[in-house]
Amino acid sequence: MTQRSRLHVPAPPARPGQEPDFSYLQISPAGALRRPDVTVAVRDIEDLSLQMVRVLGEDHRAVGPWDPRLDAEELQVGLRHMLLTRLFDDRMQKIQRQGRISFYIKSTGEEAIAVAQGMALQPGDMLFPSYRQQGLHVVRGRSLVELMCQCLSNTRDMCKGRQMPIMYHWAEGNIFSISGNLATQFPQAVGWAMAAAIKGEDRIAASWIGEGSSAEADFHYAMTFAAVYQAPVILNLVNNQWAISTFQGFAGGEHRTFAQRGPGYGIPGIRVDGNDFLAVYAVTQWAAQRARQSGGATLIELVTYRAGAHSTSDDPSRYRPKEEWRAWPLGDPITRLKQHLITLGEWSEERHARLEKELDAHVSACWKEAETYGTLSGGPTLDPMTMFEDVLKEMPPDLVRQREELRALRAVQSAAVPSAPPAGHSATPPALVRKG
Amino acid sequence: MARMNMVQALNSAMDVMLARDPRVVVLGEDVGYFGGVFRVTDGLQRKYGEHRVLDTPIAEGGIIAAAIGMGVNGLKPVAEIQFADYIYPGFDQVVSELARLRYRTAGDFFAPVTIRTPCGGGIRGGQTHSQSPEAIFTHVSGIKVVMPSNPYDAKGLLISSIEGEDPVVFFEPKRLYNGPFDGDPHKPAVPWSTHPRGEVPEGHYTVPIGRAEVVRPGKDLTILTYGTMVHVAEAAVRLAGVDAEIVDVRTMAPLDVDTICSSVNGTGRCVVVHEATGFAGYGAELVATVQEQCFWNLEAPVRRVTGWDTPYPHAFEWDYFPGPARVAAALKEVMEAA
Repeated sequence: MTQRSRLHVPAPPARPGQEPDFSYLQISPAGALRRPDVTVAVRDIEDLSLQMVRVLGEDHRAVGPWDPRLDAEELQVGLRHMLLTRLFDDRMQKIQRQGRISFYIKSTGEEAIAVAQGMALQPGDMLFPSYRQQGLHVVRGRSLVELMCQCLSNTRDMCKGRQMPIMYHWAEGNIFSISGNLATQFPQAVGWAMAAAIKGEDRIAASWIGEGSSAEADFHYAMTFAAVYQAPVILNLVNNQWAISTFQGFAGGEHRTFAQRGPGYGIPGIRVDGNDFLAVYAVTQWAAQRARQSGGATLIELVTYRAGAHSTSDDPSRYRPKEEWRAWPLGDPITRLKQHLITLGEWSEERHARLEKELDAHVSACWKEAETYGTLSGGPTLDPMTMFEDVLKEMPPDLVRQREELRALRAVQSAAVPSAPPAGHSATPPALVRKG
Repeated sequence: MARMNMVQALNSAMDVMLARDPRVVVLGEDVGYFGGVFRVTDGLQRKYGEHRVLDTPIAEGGIIAAAIGMGVNGLKPVAEIQFADYIYPGFDQVVSELARLRYRTAGDFFAPVTIRTPCGGGIRGGQTHSQSPEAIFTHVSGIKVVMPSNPYDAKGLLISSIEGEDPVVFFEPKRLYNGPFDGDPHKPAVPWSTHPRGEVPEGHYTVPIGRAEVVRPGKDLTILTYGTMVHVAEAAVRLAGVDAEIVDVRTMAPLDVDTICSSVNGTGRCVVVHEATGFAGYGAELVATVQEQCFWNLEAPVRRVTGWDTPYPHAFEWDYFPGPARVAAALKEVMEAA
């Protein structure tokens, strides 16, 4: 028989109807890995890219040199942020299902990443997230009302109705704008960090992408520039196993860990249990300290599991086992931190239930307020004339002309329907309102 | 005043801005120690240091992305893409990020990045060192697109680009770097020192973005053009013996509709000339604008003279290039039309 080449087409270990199988996952015991000094040479810590930094053991106790030794109060704050993020996500998903917003993306199961990393960084550090790190906004104290108004595209929308839901930004909070084009923020964060170094500041940048979008050229640009200039940046790769319907093997995860790419570029790669709040915090703290000391960038692979659908437009039951999340060997980040606090004697099921109730009521109150600034179906929205603003700093003549054209068109339309609400304040065409 | 060619004028613009504004940084492939493959950044790293004039990896997407991040962090990056033909790996960062950042954040974030890039043919560059992709960028809302035709404008427009807070794609017709090339490769090269626009102030001045300029007044017809073709048009006017008014568009976006239309309304005839391929090229926008605004004053159909709708062929570049003979034929045709 003649030899022929043959493609290897990666396949996940389990499809719908099959038993979940995570035997491919290399998991180190909690506390097993050394914590090197932040000035260590890249070649001396390549093992950290293969194994997995973990702090929380099966007995819910913190163990080993990576334990960040946070006090109970900080841990409770972390738990609160994670829980609020989850309840916010759950509510927004329900609201989307009711047709009150057009789209949503949950971060369920991945809350420890944004929350622990956000807490380990300084307020002046610049964050370049992907669309699944809403916990960063929660950590930095942003009002949920603001986020909800963005999802509603209403009169208080920070994006002025120009972006689909969840594409938040927050200039005062040093959180960059989310792009729908994946991974573009990764090399931008490196450029931001280069500028910080050029200006002689001690601020650093951090960015997040998924393992799926690490296949984009932007990942390579970011890694190359970060390595070449030793830019003060933390490059986070959230390996949640699924990129919509393709499992992590389609981004190259079958052959090497994603963290191993770091040493390939000459920067440390650290693989961490992404559902272990303490481990995520500790590794981030390590990378931030290294960056601030001119040690350059670190690639952190955060191993987690996307517990929900990719987005409200996705149906994961078509490509993976329904109960795969329950079989995920690294558990639920909220449950794990909760159990840790209970083990320390600093938390209880009763307090947890009380907190959950309190936060849920808070989410309800925020939503109630957000809707007073406008709903998707009934408005009010911003004046559509604002769509011509911010294309350039000054409005160019062609846009001035087009804006006047639209203004005149809308005047004619509202004149034709005398009982319609004033122009610019209804999301529904006037004629439809009349038919009601 | 000093005599400068376009390379020196562009170098002087960056020199002036690096000295005036500590936020200005220059980055790109070979721009630092070496001073650029066309020498446009020559001496700048020596003068301002390697933190302000940076050599970069060969990664246009990375260069533009890093420039965006620097811009967000308060710097004013001037990024060089070595040839316009190489800009495509950075296209997503220009279109989806640089051009959209101000809009998608309702003005809360923006990146004042100037992307300089040599364009155009006539240097035996074949299809990967000769392109004029301006129309690919003028189709994108949120960026300004500029192409100077002489050293004076080059410096003034580049300073305006760097000082502004909007992203600019700044095309440099590389065939004009050393002289006002008029389209005849067989004639001895003419240096900028013989041209009035080779007189360039040494210090700071600006040429406004968004303004076209009438570089030759005339009564018979209007030629709308930019870059190298301004000088080709001048040669064609001499060849055809017509009294044409030549408008150097200079800024493709935003477009100076008023200057263009007042010229065409005055002459009643119009020829549009550019080096890039014609189909869906920038000339189509100019013709459409003239048709919409000047139709009742037109005495003849508007003609386009452009590069053929082929890639730029290495061995046949002077057959590809829309030289004075082709432009002159179009001028006569438009003059003879009823």
